[in-house]
Amino acid sequence: MAQVKTYVRPMAGWWRKNPFYVWYMAREASCVFITLYALVVLTGLLRLYQGKSQFDAWRESLAGPLSIAFHSAALAFVLYHSWTWFKVMPKTLPFVRLGGRRVPDRLIVVSGVVATVLVSIALFWAVRP
Amino acid sequence: MTRKTISIECLRYHPGTDAAPRYQNYEVPFTDDMSVLQGLQYIKDHLDGSLTFRWSCRMAICGSCGYMVNGVPQLGCQIFLRDYYPRGVRVEPLNHFPIVRDLVIDQSDFLKKLESIKPYLIPKTDPGKGTYLQTPQQMDEYYQYSQCINCLLCYAACPQYGLNPAFTGPAALALLHRYNADSRDAGKAQRMEIVNAEDGVWGCTLVGYCSEVCPKGVDPARAINQNKINSTKDYFQNFLMPWRK
Repeated sequence: MAQVKTYVRPMAGWWRKNPFYVWYMAREASCVFITLYALVVLTGLLRLYQGKSQFDAWRESLAGPLSIAFHSAALAFVLYHSWTWFKVMPKTLPFVRLGGRRVPDRLIVVSGVVATVLVSIALFWAVRP
Repeated sequence: MTRKTISIECLRYHPGTDAAPRYQNYEVPFTDDMSVLQGLQYIKDHLDGSLTFRWSCRMAICGSCGYMVNGVPQLGCQIFLRDYYPRGVRVEPLNHFPIVRDLVIDQSDFLKKLESIKPYLIPKTDPGKGTYLQTPQQMDEYYQYSQCINCLLCYAACPQYGLNPAFTGPAALALLHRYNADSRDAGKAQRMEIVNAEDGVWGCTLVGYCSEVCPKGVDPARAINQNKINSTKDYFQNFLMPWRK
């Protein structure tokens, strides 16, 4: 067959063209905040190892408005990231069957979210001042 | 009674005369039971015979009339003009495929990929030895993946395919899984090479939009991501038991 002349559309700016992609990119971008937050916590561990005064100074340094703004943003991204992964969890599993019937996807998602909420509450309760 | 009219804006591209696509607007009278495909047919029959688009069955079975409708991959026969009134509709050819003319895309890349996954049962034993038995549960393992109509909406939804056309893509990988997951099939070893490849399941970043737009509930994202587990298992089994191949 003779080669047909075709037009290939460019992909530039693809993720801005559909809200679904914007949310997808937000999920991918959340890893930046999660990494930065992990580094902050690791620094805290290092300061704890170095002694009480270092640890207190580290905590002091986190009290500024910039730090609070960063932590609020990180929290929002972590919550969104967790939600997106629970949302796609059924897709990453083979069919789960109970008593010969397929467990509905919605139940898998809800179980993941409920488990996270319960573990978070337990953790808050365990480390409460 | 006067009929309502809706504006349908179509992407136009003629390979012989146009360097790049352009848009053309049509005012189409419509009734509440008219699909977007019927709107295009009205244009073709009454307003502009040169508008080119694919269609066949008009009932979401043949998979021919996939277009981008207001930026979303849809079957033209499955959506109604009334739902876009009074804003209007913009119809473009499916994203990520080369445009042949107007709303018609070049599917040859997909057809090559479809062929490569061996989309047929490769029997375990000589088929002459009687019928295969299959339980309802064994059938359920692959049934939803067998509902694919090759409409390519999932490819138009997949930015990974748009960015890297070498990616095997949602429908071909879902159909690959359809045969691998079938208890009557013995061709898994032959297909795993495609699954394991860089452009196989690992080309997917689980955007998940393919499953959202699928008109038949195939859920290609699920087929692909189940095969990330299979691919990992396959890798370690080959690593630990090289004689197994």
